[in-house]
Amino acid sequence: MRKIVVISLLAVFGVYLLEVLFKLDFGHQFFLNGVKDFYLTNSPEKLNVANVVTSIVVNFRGFDTLGEVTVLFLATTAMSSILYKERHQLGERAVLFSSSRIVMTGSKLLFPAIILLGVYVFIHGHLTPGGGFQGGVIIATGFLLMLLAYKDYRVSHMALSIVESSAGIIFASVGLLGMLNGGTFLENFLPTGTMNNLLSGGVIPIIYIAVGLKVGAELTGLIYTALNEKD
Amino acid sequence: MIIYVILLFFLLILMIGAAIYSIVQRDLLYAVIGTGVISLILSVLFLLLQAPDVALTEAAIGVALTTIIFIITIRNTVRFEKDSDQPIKPVSK
Repeated sequence: MRKIVVISLLAVFGVYLLEVLFKLDFGHQFFLNGVKDFYLTNSPEKLNVANVVTSIVVNFRGFDTLGEVTVLFLATTAMSSILYKERHQLGERAVLFSSSRIVMTGSKLLFPAIILLGVYVFIHGHLTPGGGFQGGVIIATGFLLMLLAYKDYRVSHMALSIVESSAGIIFASVGLLGMLNGGTFLENFLPTGTMNNLLSGGVIPIIYIAVGLKVGAELTGLIYTALNEKD
Repeated sequence: MIIYVILLFFLLILMIGAAIYSIVQRDLLYAVIGTGVISLILSVLFLLLQAPDVALTEAAIGVALTTIIFIITIRNTVRFEKDSDQPIKPVSK
């Protein structure tokens, strides 16, 4: 039974591979000619997105982004499963450097600004350089600063996993809605608005908010488990 | 234009210098700081080469997160690979 399943899957794969190979003419530069002009003309005209990189990453090649997010999720899960031994008894957080009052006050002042910068980067992902991944990492560094400065600063694992899971569900379901609408995965189905407005680009702001929250929660959890690891 | 090229080469030479420093350094903590400096200069280079998206990623991941994960690792393991690498402490009287 198992062999039959494997053979049929391989046969389907082989048929598609052969079809692609036979459709390409020998020596024809199919990959070099078409793609970049398509991206450069379509992302300002059809999607009204100023940042072409963003439109490629989350719209034309959104399936790759899903793969990236999955890889990050798996890596974080693996690291947590190694380091996070006892579920409710975290070890005493080993202090890298004992922080003075100046460091503590400065971190408390800087923390909202860093979070705001991260949120700005991923909300304006379709207008300015940056995007969900970068914004999420900036948010994680903000939490890292607080974790380093305050010895008893706690992050709720429950809240982190809720934010992470719901952001992942939003990402995948928006992508599937694009498929249900008769297009490809993550294809745009909302009105695109006018270029350079905050509410433009169709699904791209929604995707980037989801990706930013997901990456921020994942990396914060990773740093938190690593810092609380017992010797 | 020539100033741009000179700046580019200056940053590249700084990067190579930081890389050599982090290879030959016996103290692993300083070596990790060296790799952080490499990432910092690399992000400036990406900005000069008009790739601001990649520059943001490099600055956030390479400078902040990777460095701190390595520092946590060093704290949990060893700072010197051999005991003979440790600097000789001055004898206090």
